[in-house]
Amino acid sequence: MSLRKDLQIISDWIPDGARVLDLGCDNGTLLKHLKQRSVSGYGLEIDNSKFADCIKAGVNVIQADLDQGLPQFADQSFDVVILSQTLQAIKHPDFLLDEIVRVGKQAIIGFPNFGHWQCRWQLAFGGHMPISKTLPNVWFDTPNIHLCTIQDFEKICKDKQIEIEQRSVVNHAHKDTLATKLLPNLFGQTALYQLNKSL
Amino acid sequence: MLEIIPADSVGLVSPITLHIDTPLSLDCGRILPSYDLIYETYGELNKTASNAVLICHALSGDHHAAGYHHADDKKSGWWDSAIGPGKAIDTNKFFVVSLNNLGGCKGSSGPTSINPETGKNYGPDFPIVTVADWVQSQAVLADYLGIQQWAAVVGGSLGAMQSMQWAISLPDRLRHALIIAAAPKLSAQNIAFNEVARTAIKSDPNFHQGYYAEHNTLPRQGLGLARMLGHITYLSDQAMGEKFGRELRNGINYGYDVEFQIESYLQYQSSSFVERFDANTYLLMTKALDYFDPAKAFNDDLAATMANVQARSLVISFTSDWRFSPARSHEIVNALLSTGKNVTYAEIEAHQGHDAFLMPIPRYMDIVQTYMQQIADECPS
Repeated sequence: MSLRKDLQIISDWIPDGARVLDLGCDNGTLLKHLKQRSVSGYGLEIDNSKFADCIKAGVNVIQADLDQGLPQFADQSFDVVILSQTLQAIKHPDFLLDEIVRVGKQAIIGFPNFGHWQCRWQLAFGGHMPISKTLPNVWFDTPNIHLCTIQDFEKICKDKQIEIEQRSVVNHAHKDTLATKLLPNLFGQTALYQLNKSL
Repeated sequence: MLEIIPADSVGLVSPITLHIDTPLSLDCGRILPSYDLIYETYGELNKTASNAVLICHALSGDHHAAGYHHADDKKSGWWDSAIGPGKAIDTNKFFVVSLNNLGGCKGSSGPTSINPETGKNYGPDFPIVTVADWVQSQAVLADYLGIQQWAAVVGGSLGAMQSMQWAISLPDRLRHALIIAAAPKLSAQNIAFNEVARTAIKSDPNFHQGYYAEHNTLPRQGLGLARMLGHITYLSDQAMGEKFGRELRNGINYGYDVEFQIESYLQYQSSSFVERFDANTYLLMTKALDYFDPAKAFNDDLAATMANVQARSLVISFTSDWRFSPARSHEIVNALLSTGKNVTYAEIEAHQGHDAFLMPIPRYMDIVQTYMQQIADECPS
């Protein structure tokens, strides 16, 4: 089975044999895929309804609440820490970002870009909170409590002296187009970053 | 009568007693020159002896974990919901071994067995055994059965402390440890509850310093009280509320007799328990719990204690368990994580309190079953 495009990009950024921590690992799809390349580590997930899938996939999964940070892990104890499509659902994303770069030598973070033109359009001319393929929930019933734009994210990285190694911005079909390359904050629906912090 | 036994039961089983003449050196410094271990097995050991699973019992458990001893038995073994053909611990795939621990009162050497040196019951003179002693004796049983390495050692509560101890003491003799509703050591509050239980037993006028058998009596009152207290701590407020609420048996009589259903339940639990369980064994088991502290030998560093663990672990806790709360399981998981061990940890939403580990809660059983299936798939036949 082929991976979802954003997970494929993440996978491509992870070196063979790396030790990784996948925050919000869901049913373990990414870690299972990475196992073929001798990548080992743990998945963290708050909801245990898909743990049986993780176990079937041979993935070490730990039930944990990311809002508590990563106190169980030592500084720089993983080659890569992954946070895919979860940042916007965290109570204190800035704190988690600190934790991620503390625990991981490198970080990969993906999130839905709230600066996408459809969001802007719906808010500016529709006058309502945006609903899209990447953000399908209504405002009163959504796990997404801390949405940000590509610009916002790059600013917080700069403020925290986190270096951006690579960036991939894609549209709803997880493809990069001329538009997403030229004006990523306007045309990108999903943003992926490879980050590190020189300590 | 046999047709009443359900298809997913291991059916009729008979315990086996192994007499061991090789002396066992205990943590307390004493030596058991010889001893008996009573055990049951379910399923078949494969040719390479790679599919053996050890079940470790908790405080009042025994070797009878699954199936029935007689066709007219009303009750099956204590973990029948999890052990059997097609169940979470599938006896079509695994050779399951369950024993009564040393110091028990169901057939393995303990306070109720005869001391060969005196020809009388050991009574309170049976040495206090520890979780580590149990693991040593279980390894003797494994040797006898031709099991060099368990596919898994499985336990809940005090049983989980044994699976943890196996992984620490004999790291190359198990591939997986299932550590359910556990703690890496007892808290002061846990020990306090145990001390109340022991005080209840020891202050019973029929206790006679533990030599009650010689007086042809039993400390029923004390043991019953200990069981009542234990029972309260194994359940949650919510579970008790849902089961009994403030229901009355026959209305209020403005007296001190049993009126509420919960009172009646506790009385029933304690009176049936005192007829089937030995008070000296109860004292011993609570001490084994209190003394369990594998990190003590490692400067209280649990991560260092776990450093040599080779087994992969499945750690499970239950949200309403206040005796060994999820936070206690986190301690175990964090120690395993910090040393880079393979570990999976799930916190099961359950209202049944500590006793949840014995209940067939669907998500809990699903996780155990899936995990055990993975183990079965990797067993060389």
